Amino acid sequence: MLRFLASRLARALLTIAMVVTFAFVVLRLSGDPALLIMSVDAPPEAIAAFRAAWGLDEPLWMQYVKYFGAIVQGDLGRSMRDGRDAIVLVTERIPATLALTLPALAIKIGIGIPAGIYAALHRNSLTDRLVMTLAVMGFTVPSFVLGLLLVLVFAVQLGWLPSGGDGTWRHAILPVVTLGIGGAAVLARFTRSAMLEVLGQPYIRTASAKGVPWRAVVRGHALPNAAIPTVTIIGFMVGSLIAGAVVVESVFSWPGVGRLLVVAVSNRDLAVVQCILLLVAATMVASNLIVDLLYGALDPRLRQARAGGAG
Amino acid sequence: MRAATLLEARDLVRRYVMRRGLLGRSVPVTAVAGLSLTLHRGRTLGLVGESGCGKSTTGRMVLGLEMPDAGSVAFEGRPMPPPGTAAWRALRARMQMVFQDPLGALDRRMTVAAQVAEPLDIHGVGGAAERADRVEALLRNVGLRPDQGARYPHELSGGQRQRVVLARALATSPAMLVCDEPISALDVSIQAQVMNLLVELQAEHGMALLFISHDLRAVRQVSERVAVMYLGTIVEEGEPDALLRDARHPYTQALVSAIPHPGRSDGRIVLQGDPPNPAARPSGCPFHPRCPVAVARCAQEAPVLRDHPGGRRVACHLADPAAFAEAA
Amino acid sequence: MTLVAIRGLSVAFDGIPALREVDLDVPRGGAVGMVGESGCGKSVTWLAALGLLPGRATVTGSVALDGQELLGAQGATLDRVRGGRVAMIFQDPASSLNPVHRLGTQVAEALRLHRGMVGTAARAEAKRLFDQVGIPDAARRLDAYPHELSGGQNQRVMIAMALAGQPELLVADEPTTALDVTIQAQILDLLNRLRRETGMALVLISHDLGVVSETCEEVAVMYAGRIVEQAPAEALFANPSHPYTRGLLAALPPLDGPRQKLAAIPGGVPEPWAMPRGCAFAPRCARRTPACEVAVPSHARIAERHSVACVLAEARELVAA
Repeated sequence: MLRFLASRLARALLTIAMVVTFAFVVLRLSGDPALLIMSVDAPPEAIAAFRAAWGLDEPLWMQYVKYFGAIVQGDLGRSMRDGRDAIVLVTERIPATLALTLPALAIKIGIGIPAGIYAALHRNSLTDRLVMTLAVMGFTVPSFVLGLLLVLVFAVQLGWLPSGGDGTWRHAILPVVTLGIGGAAVLARFTRSAMLEVLGQPYIRTASAKGVPWRAVVRGHALPNAAIPTVTIIGFMVGSLIAGAVVVESVFSWPGVGRLLVVAVSNRDLAVVQCILLLVAATMVASNLIVDLLYGALDPRLRQARAGGAG
Repeated sequence: MRAATLLEARDLVRRYVMRRGLLGRSVPVTAVAGLSLTLHRGRTLGLVGESGCGKSTTGRMVLGLEMPDAGSVAFEGRPMPPPGTAAWRALRARMQMVFQDPLGALDRRMTVAAQVAEPLDIHGVGGAAERADRVEALLRNVGLRPDQGARYPHELSGGQRQRVVLARALATSPAMLVCDEPISALDVSIQAQVMNLLVELQAEHGMALLFISHDLRAVRQVSERVAVMYLGTIVEEGEPDALLRDARHPYTQALVSAIPHPGRSDGRIVLQGDPPNPAARPSGCPFHPRCPVAVARCAQEAPVLRDHPGGRRVACHLADPAAFAEAA
Repeated sequence: MTLVAIRGLSVAFDGIPALREVDLDVPRGGAVGMVGESGCGKSVTWLAALGLLPGRATVTGSVALDGQELLGAQGATLDRVRGGRVAMIFQDPASSLNPVHRLGTQVAEALRLHRGMVGTAARAEAKRLFDQVGIPDAARRLDAYPHELSGGQNQRVMIAMALAGQPELLVADEPTTALDVTIQAQILDLLNRLRRETGMALVLISHDLGVVSETCEEVAVMYAGRIVEQAPAEALFANPSHPYTRGLLAALPPLDGPRQKLAAIPGGVPEPWAMPRGCAFAPRCARRTPACEVAVPSHARIAERHSVACVLAEARELVAA
């Protein structure tokens, strides 16, 4: 078990290091932050001073080494825009993002899983077809289209809800619903196919053949097995709690991490972008680890393989 | 009359490293532990054993698809060239394999005729018209109608698919055919068809067969000699009828007595314990933990395969060639 | 003394018939073998009888257990019968056990449902059952998962689970097909011993005439959804009367005597959606007559408890009468 955790941790750190390097290269090669932040018609001396102040006049590899070294020591740098610590800028946006993504996650799980189970148990029924049609629509329509559609109907036409911005809980409703519907659709389809796969297994027939009532077969024999693949998708959703709302936050002008990211990228505000990417990578990696641990709890076949690994 | 030797395998050993799970501990597995066999031109050797006895691994080593960790394989008097070399590729046309699952061995997206023609294309046999004629002849040869060549594998029954696999294997007129459980996935009435076909094809084409099966009954039907495997070694070898009538190794005796037979009601030897696990080989004779007559020596010393009268070979401390000679 | 009486049982999947007009009696404590090739309906018969077929199957006819009709019975009634009075085991023991539950838990579930046993009493009984079916180190195996046991051991667990409800009938659907030859012998031995010990009836479904003949008193041979011949085991092997039964026996390689070409049955089983009009076996039958293609032959009684669905037997019966 310890060896399993250690190897997972090493892989996670490697992933994060690669993300950091990749972001550095892409951002540095795609535009000059000095020009973007100081504006093009700023006096050359001011631009030179800005470059010197942020170390942009050094060779690229030197900048990278310094940058990486700072990160290893826990220094995520400061925003080039307003000079505040990047970590502070980012963390103060997290609550706003979670205010969207957490309720959306509840919608995804609360609607997606029951809908998928129901559709699987009533395969080819009218309800099944209806649920699946909605699910296909739910995840083929991009979230910005869905968001704009909801705005058109509920804000512009009906005038029930605000079209964007923040302030009251009513501002959050449309973005939360936009996020929730897409995820619920994915989860419903996935749960349905996982359930159908399990319901076709011989051990389900065995359970019926030994006199277990159908509801108990579903609850005690089918669901625990169908949960194993479903957990992967939920884990992925948990992993995107921080970064999964970039598009929706932009559509609804919601002041979360996602919108900060969009602004920081267009400014080539490296420290802020890197800080967000690090956070995203860390949450993804952490949720992956949790998924793996859950797998072990749900599936005894994997548990044994890992116990073997520790010995 | 002795037939000429086609293939000679000497003291083959094959070890694997098996990993349990993604990050599990590696366990060494000895699939084949010092096995020798000889295939004669135009003859059939049956290889019998239960799952995990190493019979399929043996088949792959004999074909040169897998390199033994020790020992040697000689085909037509020359050592088997290493996989991937030009000499090895040239040998592919001379030896072919037939598997248990014909659907898995065929390409679902190709017509039957195209698949039978494939080996001809690969080995550059004849022109287009000549190949078409050859495919038609091969299909007829295995009991299919030429018009069935236009079908796809899923449009055929299990028995017909196995006929297609045989036609493809015969396309290059191989000198040797390794059949790994070729009938076990088929229904009883179809098994008989395929066994008949194998015997007919061999009489016509004269290839040597290595017939791998768990079914002694089927092995007797098609083989001139049979070798019984247990945990990677041959424990008994001989002429099938003699072996069925008078099995000398306790494992062979149990296998023979386990054959279900309509109308039979005599007692059978029921072996205790699980089928053997190649990852946990017992010391001494590999069969001793399940052997009903094992003595102390069996746990310490592995018996060697010794010649018995009548062309029999037995690996058992308790089967004394001299004793049998006296009894006979 | 009939425990289960099946009358006119027919099954269709999406309108395509898979089982036609099957009549079968299982005597109390008796052993009946069902033999035939894949798709002949031998398993479908019992899955239909116990209501275990998927919803797209239409089942008609009658299945009476001690006079109680099972077809169309309430779910709760069926749940008491399944595992309680009629237990079933299947071909592939490893996938027939739930991979995420401990073996002891799976056996205990049957004990709770049919004998109201829970907690330590259930565990003690599960251990006794494990001992009874010959699982070594029974107490420790209760806490194991299916993937930790071999196929033969898992089949023993399936049998222990089946015995948990103290059934009057055990339906074993190809119980040894997935197992090695020596393990097959162990399991057949076990089933025979358990029959003697408990007095339960046994239905053994197998493609292997040999397996069935050694275990069962009565054998029904099925072809393309129908029973074509039914007789006591000795009579069937001494005097096989349906051309298909004869064909099956002749297709089996002999264990002695000169080696000759096997008398293989030509052709293959007809597809369910392309059944011949008369006798389904006629297209493969060497003794086919024009009459075979006219109507489905009825069962003719050629001897005590020996019936054959073949026009040749019908003719013989007429001559005898």
